[in-house]
Amino acid sequence: MSGGVDSAVAAARAVEAGHEVIGVHLALSSNPQKYRSGARGCCTIEDSHDARRAADVIGIPFYIWDMADEFHEGVVENFMSEYKAGRTPNPCLRCNEKIKFAAVLDRAKAMGFDGVVTGHYARTRESDAGRTLHRAVDPLKDQSYVLAVLNREQINGAIFPLGDTEKVDIRKEAEARGLAVAQKPDSHDICFVPSGDNAGWLRDRMGSEVGPIVDQDGNKLGEHKGAYTYTIGQRKGLGLTVPTADGSPRFVLKIEPVSNTVVVGAREDLAVTSMRGERPIFCGPEVGAAPMRGFVQVRAHGAALDCTYYLDNDQFVAELDQPLLGLATGQAMVIYDGDRVVGSATICETA
Amino acid sequence: MSVYLDHAATTPMFDVAIEAMNSSLRKLGNPSSLHTEGRSTRKDVEDAREKIAKAVGCLASEVIFTGSGTEANNAAIKGLFWHTDKKVILVSSIEHHAVLDPAHWLAEHEGAELIQIPVNTDGVIDLEFLKKTIAERGSEIALISVMHSNNETGVIQPIAEIVKAAGDIPVHCDAVQSFTKVPISFKELGLFAMTISGHKVGGPLGIGALILRRAVEIPALLHGGGQERDIRSGTLNAPSIVALAAAVEANLYDAKIVATLRDSFEAGVMAARPDAVINGKNSERLPGISNITFPGTQSDSLLLLMDSEKVSCSTGAACTAGVHRPSHVLMAMGLSDVVSQSSLRFSFGSTNTQADVDFALSVLPTVIERGLAANAVGKK
Repeated sequence: MSGGVDSAVAAARAVEAGHEVIGVHLALSSNPQKYRSGARGCCTIEDSHDARRAADVIGIPFYIWDMADEFHEGVVENFMSEYKAGRTPNPCLRCNEKIKFAAVLDRAKAMGFDGVVTGHYARTRESDAGRTLHRAVDPLKDQSYVLAVLNREQINGAIFPLGDTEKVDIRKEAEARGLAVAQKPDSHDICFVPSGDNAGWLRDRMGSEVGPIVDQDGNKLGEHKGAYTYTIGQRKGLGLTVPTADGSPRFVLKIEPVSNTVVVGAREDLAVTSMRGERPIFCGPEVGAAPMRGFVQVRAHGAALDCTYYLDNDQFVAELDQPLLGLATGQAMVIYDGDRVVGSATICETA
Repeated sequence: MSVYLDHAATTPMFDVAIEAMNSSLRKLGNPSSLHTEGRSTRKDVEDAREKIAKAVGCLASEVIFTGSGTEANNAAIKGLFWHTDKKVILVSSIEHHAVLDPAHWLAEHEGAELIQIPVNTDGVIDLEFLKKTIAERGSEIALISVMHSNNETGVIQPIAEIVKAAGDIPVHCDAVQSFTKVPISFKELGLFAMTISGHKVGGPLGIGALILRRAVEIPALLHGGGQERDIRSGTLNAPSIVALAAAVEANLYDAKIVATLRDSFEAGVMAARPDAVINGKNSERLPGISNITFPGTQSDSLLLLMDSEKVSCSTGAACTAGVHRPSHVLMAMGLSDVVSQSSLRFSFGSTNTQADVDFALSVLPTVIERGLAANAVGKK
């Protein structure tokens, strides 16, 4: 229970469904002040109080589990090392994979519980092939993308009571249940980067080594303060003074961490028509080498893009019908069959 | 069945105290008012003060009512520090936060130098260290504060010897856990100041007292009316004071019975889990506190599992965010960070029975097994 409205209603619904429920708030920083962020993040002292209050109103026991070490090791350090390697990670996926549905689920199971209930907007269905993961009915809140990193065993230990309801109705329900968090604003930022300034956060921790910004021919156009603070497709904040011949804008095409170089170019050079992902995870039936039609999504609230997908050895491949602009390695590619999550992989190559 | 084994946190009010409080709540009159109603309430308060003074072993005028034990500790530590030009504060390393935090605050904001007295592996303060520090720095020491017994382990501290070693240096003693559980006499101990609290002794929450030697006038924390010897202001909380006195006078806590229950519990624990360690076992302890390490577990998991089996106990100390931290008390006794996070405190009180002990022991083996399993997955 993060202290937000979603997990509070999820807990209440789980109780109503007849489960024996305990509320758990994860302390993700051993010094809660360190990541403190007012009402916007999800691991402050106020948030833990909000979560406790919700649990008390619902009438369930409430505990705080200290997962600070696991979180730092599994999520924060990974976030930094991925950026250092020139990739763009999504720490929320990582947290689901390594913390909420791993460390927490394992601990809960060892203690005799059956699974973890969360306030994520997603649905699961039982089928002959086992439990499958599906999009939520609210397309604006759907979080199946950040859950697609879960394997079958993890999905089997997960309950998502909110997937069948729109967010606006969850707020109404929270109000009706007397939960004070009913109108609490959603958290948007990465919880451990409360300012929302990823680049600044990374610079503070990893230093800012000046390096060149070059065009595709290797001509130096300017300098940057740490290649890892850029993302593919970024246009603003490049600080370039040499204009292009036709005055068209430049975009980040490539980040080369070893030479600390940022490569820029024209919009059309960002176009990607196929992607490969490593470390594929299937939350339903496995995919084979035979091409299948479906959709691929590469951002938490990105569009579902028509594609042909297949497995090539141990890599997931998706070929897009229409080119996509600006795709960074390190992002997760999630394949959908209609509203069902087929699987996910970490993008390692684009073309 | 549910079993409450957290009496050191708070213990039920005695019926006599509830009754005394109820009748006082229905009574009109500010004890500082001069009219009939005021005088009547004032008489209740002063009757109560005399009863409490008798139990504490002090003069009635030495009882200063406060809003809590924490407030009394703050008043004593800060007041005794501000009372002199001396800058050294000597406290034991196992004090409750209500003593440690004001001492740290004085060090950070008021130029105090804080020296902590170490404890041995049995949880008793190092008297030799104390004597040596007094010999070397005696003229600089503003006050010494050592608790009568520790709230996590129940280990009783050698207060009489500390006072003897202190000579003219004022000694404060946080007696919140010990008061009414073991014999204490403020006068015989020769203390300068002592703290007691209502809700640990069958009285209500929100009432405590600083026992302060007559004619020692320390600076006040709260100003505004000077009701309590000009050291503590605020309208006297007559219903709570009357109830505290009723609880202290009745004292339904039978140390012998409580000790028997505690010993029976510890014997059962050791039979079920021979690897368990009872912390402070070799020392003289309060009758009702048992602090036990279960190697290979994490106490927050154990507490959750005990709670779901309807047995209420404690992990020791919790911080503001509720995140479990290694106990500074157990660490001061030489336990490692990990081991001190594998310990639970069970505390027994006047309402417990052998059936409670039996029930707690019946759920313990499963709880420990699950706790071990939960900790094992965390390590993978």
